[in-house]
Amino acid sequence: MPVLSVLVVIPTLAALALVAIPSGKLKALRAVALATGIVELALSLYVFLGYNHTLGGFQFEERYRWLESLGVSFHLGVDGISAPLVLLNGIVLFTGVIVSWNMKPRPKDFFILFFTLASGVFGTFAAIDLFFLFFFYELAVLPMYLLIGVWGSSSDFGTFLRTKEYGALKLTLVLVGGSVLVWVGLLGLYVKVGAGSFDLLDLERVGVTVGVQRYIFPFFMIGFGVLAGLWPFHTWSPDGHVAAPTAVSMVHAGVLMKLGAYGLLRVGIQLLPEGAHTWAPLLIGLGTVNVVYGAISAMAQKDLKYVVGYSSVSHMGYVLMGLATLTVVGIDGAVLQMFSHGIMTALFFALVGIVYERTHSRDITMFEGLAKRMGLTAAFFVVAGLTSLGLPGLSGFVAEFLVFVGIFQTYPLLGVLGIIGAAITAVYILRLLGKVFFGPLSDKWKELPDATFREGFASAVLVGTIVFVGVNPGFLMRVIDSGVQALATRL
Amino acid sequence: MDYRLLLPQFLLAGLAFALLALDLVLPPARRRYVAYLGVLGLLSILLATVSLRGHEGTLYGGLFVVDSYALFFQGLFLLLGAVILLAAEGYVQKFLGHPGEYYGIVVVAVLAMTVMTSAGELLTAYIALELLSFTFYVLSAYATRDLRSNEAGLKYILLGAFSSALLLYGISLIYGATGTTYFAGIAEAVTGTLSPGLILGLVLLIAGFGFKAAAVPFHMWAPDVYEGAPLPTTAYLSVAAKAAVFGLLLRLFSQGLLPAIEVWRWVIIALAVASITVGNLVAIPQTNIKRMLAYSSIGQAGYLLIGLAALSPQAVSGVLVHLAGYAATNLLAFTAVIAYYNETGHEQIEDFAGAAERAPYLALLLTIAMFSLAGLPFFAGFTTKFYLFTAAAQEGLLWLAALAVAMSVVSLYYYLMVIKQMYIVPSRHSPRLKPSLVLKGVLGMLAVATVGIGVYPGPLVRFIEAASKGLFS
Repeated sequence: MPVLSVLVVIPTLAALALVAIPSGKLKALRAVALATGIVELALSLYVFLGYNHTLGGFQFEERYRWLESLGVSFHLGVDGISAPLVLLNGIVLFTGVIVSWNMKPRPKDFFILFFTLASGVFGTFAAIDLFFLFFFYELAVLPMYLLIGVWGSSSDFGTFLRTKEYGALKLTLVLVGGSVLVWVGLLGLYVKVGAGSFDLLDLERVGVTVGVQRYIFPFFMIGFGVLAGLWPFHTWSPDGHVAAPTAVSMVHAGVLMKLGAYGLLRVGIQLLPEGAHTWAPLLIGLGTVNVVYGAISAMAQKDLKYVVGYSSVSHMGYVLMGLATLTVVGIDGAVLQMFSHGIMTALFFALVGIVYERTHSRDITMFEGLAKRMGLTAAFFVVAGLTSLGLPGLSGFVAEFLVFVGIFQTYPLLGVLGIIGAAITAVYILRLLGKVFFGPLSDKWKELPDATFREGFASAVLVGTIVFVGVNPGFLMRVIDSGVQALATRL
Repeated sequence: MDYRLLLPQFLLAGLAFALLALDLVLPPARRRYVAYLGVLGLLSILLATVSLRGHEGTLYGGLFVVDSYALFFQGLFLLLGAVILLAAEGYVQKFLGHPGEYYGIVVVAVLAMTVMTSAGELLTAYIALELLSFTFYVLSAYATRDLRSNEAGLKYILLGAFSSALLLYGISLIYGATGTTYFAGIAEAVTGTLSPGLILGLVLLIAGFGFKAAAVPFHMWAPDVYEGAPLPTTAYLSVAAKAAVFGLLLRLFSQGLLPAIEVWRWVIIALAVASITVGNLVAIPQTNIKRMLAYSSIGQAGYLLIGLAALSPQAVSGVLVHLAGYAATNLLAFTAVIAYYNETGHEQIEDFAGAAERAPYLALLLTIAMFSLAGLPFFAGFTTKFYLFTAAAQEGLLWLAALAVAMSVVSLYYYLMVIKQMYIVPSRHSPRLKPSLVLKGVLGMLAVATVGIGVYPGPLVRFIEAASKGLFS
């Protein structure tokens, strides 16, 4: 069975099926959505578990003719780096469907766009041909404007208003702006290599001269970096994620930002290692700014979602720093951090969504002692928080530890700054937990119901993953390391 | 001489007169059938065109060329004509008088366009182009009681006559310098250094065609004509007329002017840069959707000019592929606008508020068209732009492709503003709209074409590549 193309195509087919279902039939719509979520989770698990890490290389390969004259083929496959990310998307997509069970208004349109997004993400991770990698990368951005603009929410800052339209437009234009650089970089690469092919393996085989690598790498570094939240191109991320509805924030901060980091690794570092060596100092510097600046900004926020939004910027900084070390252990850590942060942020946004749905507020100063009424939610929030600040036994610790090992081998001074960032994270996370969930319960929230079974289940899946990876990191690391080792031979 | 090669043209002329005559005979209530008969006729002629495959040849000593390149365009124009007839039917019935004449003139335009892309000589090309222009002068001013339509017709005919004069003067200078008007003859004469008269002729030629293709800085007529003309005319003008002019230009430049590419390439590049920037930037503040689409089509002409500047077989294929995708996409957009206008009588962008609630099908398809025009994947715009820009980059025009890609982000902004009205801004009027079944069917087919070219362009591209290779042999 061509697993990967099925994995990529099913969400699109589901979207088409939803178009055909009348919008009044809520049960049928939900059934299709849930079935898609389950099938995709099962398939992505199958891909991850079926990946043979002792063999390494690209597996589940498929190749179909598409445009011979341009050298484009529909070439799919996963290696040790993309297999865990496919799994990540499977998990987040599944929980996202469950969280959006009661989506209003126009649930049909929401799921159509949501599944288009899912196809784009799976496709980007599975594509070996760079045309299709870019195709799916853009496809993942396409539905965002409507997903945020229609179902999102605006934030009132008292003196000014951040409308959902603003967040949606900013996110879309900035991300498409980033992909312009990627597009130009790809064209430049195609012409300069002269292999007449967009296939990653062909380009790798023919090779890129050092001079070309040096001036094309920045296109990918910034182009993909925009989506990874690279400072100073990160401002779309908090605004966009805050404005987005819960499930979209989950997928976007959880998975989509990883597309950027993945593209940087796959196209930038793997294909242009010499260029990467030239530009790594800048990348690691910017990554450090991400970590520290994101953490300090998160500390200053009063809106619960903005805290998570800026903490994403900060945590993506570790991914960028890890990649920029260009060492096996650093990249290992970065890829694991992509997975770990994806699950953790999805959990954060799911929980914030639960709180927001009940209180219609995200203002931290309004909350007090919610744990007394929402014990389960609070417990899950604590797990997410502790993962975020890197507590051993949870997935974030292993990832950040590996990244720091990589950094101290290469740029020890920046490692110190990175650790300061982690310390600031601890401050804002613990303060947030204390303020929102503990202390005396204010009268205003006396009647709050806890998470429903549905919401609790979605969060439990995410928490389970975090703990499982935390205590058994080898489960992922074996696979990741096989991919990174292969890549490192080119560095 | 094998007159069979002219069969589609004879049939088209016959069909046009038949439709005009039918309009006289049929009672007014039944005149809508004229459109359906026209569609039937055009599709039958398409069969004649298809039957010519493998019988390619030239007539009148190279004056009229039937090769697979010409046949590709013939097929395209026949299909476009059929789609326009179907899309126009409800609109013409409702807002315009003399329906049969409208449909007949549309068919005459198809005839003119097929001759344009078959012309192997400048005067034939010029006559065909004039025939096309005259049909569009009439079609633009067709809403006789609408002042804007009259103004559009007048503006178009004055500026059109001016540009025709430029063209003719250019042709005469080229004839004076080379002693021939045949493309092949010109190619032999333009090697080495060119005489000043020849260069002036070339410049005038490019300016004349620039008018017809609405390239900046010769675009001034386009927004006014697009806005004033009846909607189906605007749709036809923005898609088919543009395709025909580029069909003619590509043949002329590749078969007649390729040896002098270093002389004229910079002029075309300058036109491309100006069209892409001005078209996309000026589209932003537009409030009328026809006017916005007019500027967007100026930007699209700029993308096509990049292919003309590159002028390799692959770049020509790129232009053709992009034209095919653009035709499907832009017609999809215009047909959706026509359907909306038929029901509401509004054409301001803000009038589309709440369309997602009032007409979900129309809103979805117009969204697809907007995304495709902006060049987002899954739709034709992404794939065809990627192909075109890759071909241009291979000819050393990477910087120009980069500019085009960057400006498509700008274009995304104004396309998103339409989507924003439809999906995010709540409706000020509540009733649901019920577009006619014919329009729904046309929209569905165009959407399938837009998505089809986006995800499975292989067969179309292979056919086009074979056609454009023939142009260079």
